[in-house]
Amino acid sequence: MDINLLRGAILIILMVSFAGLWIWAWSRKRKPAFREASMLPLEEDFGQVPGFDGSNDEARLTGKGEDHVK
Amino acid sequence: MTYNDKVVRQFVVVTVLWGIVGMLVGVIIAAQLWMPQLNFDIPWLTYGRLRPLHTNAVIFAFGGSGLIGTSLYVVQRTCHVRLISDKLASFVFWGWQLIIVAAAVSLPLGLTQGKEYAELEWPIDILITIVWVAYAILFFGTVAKRRVSHIYVANWFYGAFILTIALLHIVNNLSLPVEFGKSYPIYTGAVDAMVQWWYGHNAVGFFLTAGFLGMMYYFVPKQAEGPVYSYRLSIVHFWALIAIYMWAGPHHLHYTALPNWLQSLGMVFSLILLAPSWGGMINGIMTLSGAWHKLRTDPVLKFMIVALSFYGMSTFEGPMMSIKTVNALSHYTDWTVGHVHSGALGWVAMMTIGSLYCLIPRLIGEKKMYSIKAIDIHFWTSTIGVVMYITSMWIAGVMQGLMWRAFNEDGTLTYTFIESLVATNPYYLVRMLGGLLFLSGMFFFAWNTWKTLGSKEMTPIKASEPADWGEHA
Repeated sequence: MDINLLRGAILIILMVSFAGLWIWAWSRKRKPAFREASMLPLEEDFGQVPGFDGSNDEARLTGKGEDHVK
Repeated sequence: MTYNDKVVRQFVVVTVLWGIVGMLVGVIIAAQLWMPQLNFDIPWLTYGRLRPLHTNAVIFAFGGSGLIGTSLYVVQRTCHVRLISDKLASFVFWGWQLIIVAAAVSLPLGLTQGKEYAELEWPIDILITIVWVAYAILFFGTVAKRRVSHIYVANWFYGAFILTIALLHIVNNLSLPVEFGKSYPIYTGAVDAMVQWWYGHNAVGFFLTAGFLGMMYYFVPKQAEGPVYSYRLSIVHFWALIAIYMWAGPHHLHYTALPNWLQSLGMVFSLILLAPSWGGMINGIMTLSGAWHKLRTDPVLKFMIVALSFYGMSTFEGPMMSIKTVNALSHYTDWTVGHVHSGALGWVAMMTIGSLYCLIPRLIGEKKMYSIKAIDIHFWTSTIGVVMYITSMWIAGVMQGLMWRAFNEDGTLTYTFIESLVATNPYYLVRMLGGLLFLSGMFFFAWNTWKTLGSKEMTPIKASEPADWGEHA
């Protein structure tokens, strides 16, 4: 096989998979899981850090990030 | 099950220490550029020996310890599990410190490969490989044992950093040892240069960018007390970033013996790189949307947001400088040095400092550092220091570029090189003062860390319960 055919094929495969990744990431089905995932850095402060002011609870309930807009 | 925070605490403390050492050496060589007599004719104090010490100390000792320490903190928290092995964790810590000390001794002695950023001689290179593989096993082993089905995005960035640095380190350091303290790279000519800048640019991309984006994706939401702005954007910009960065290296070699098409390829990929870079910057800054008022009272958040701003600025400046016609002016001037420090001080150091101010009190179950006032002072010394540094280098760089390419009507050069040096001298003074200001803030950092952690006992923090929501999504 011509090496340039292989190079072209790899390029097409990469471009298609990037478009696929985009579609997958933006699909409605992924939204609940992403919402949970985005809370991972915050959860530890619940109840474990004394004097925590609790504004996280609001974030958890209402959500501020783009993924949390219903 | 509890978390292993001992190794995190060790790495945090040395991050502060090596930050001071590395930046101090930086100030010393900045002073030498302003006043060359300051090397006192002592060989191991000369610029040529101290400059690699500075770059290695700030990148690998300060940045590296900060990255390894925070990654081990983050991977445990986001995977709800303790590190797979305490012994391996200790080995990674002490191994990394041994490497740093070996570098700090060998570089001033002049034992180097004579390359850019990868000067350490082969015995140290082998040691780095062993410790890095141990670190990879520790990190990925912990990810594999996670009790959360999803792998949080910060771990993806840390993971890309670990894998790629292993690859870069091995390929770029392939050399033929002739004796214990001397080896020669196996590459020659233009290939040597290309391998060097494939390494050099990807060290910027995966050590200084991907690693610190991992830090950003954990600590910015934590400090802002809200989730990251867009989780799906973080996934798309992750893959775009790591796929494109690999190809941008040739922009360091414009107008050299490198084939012209390869230079253009490097330039095009550098321009595309703006998109995924800004994806991360926007995602970080927008995490604060709805919470902007916190910036008024929280200097830790100020560190993070200014770091992200510098990240955005330097990732715009970088693609611009990779354009060949711009590069014709900027290359080999101090503009490059200014650009590097807007990334290194503005982005890397300020993100590390902000993240550590968030992390340190949590090691002893508290939420705030001993002194908020000291953090604020540190924030302003850092910010003003960086601004002095980069503006003086911008002016110096553009001036040098213009002077070097000025021609008389008969085709002779308008200026001699020494004339451009003399013209640059005042800017070198301003740069040194900016660096000194940045360094001075680090002492507030050290004092505050001491007052917060001191000899306080750490109570082991219980690991979070397993979570399996991702599987059902």
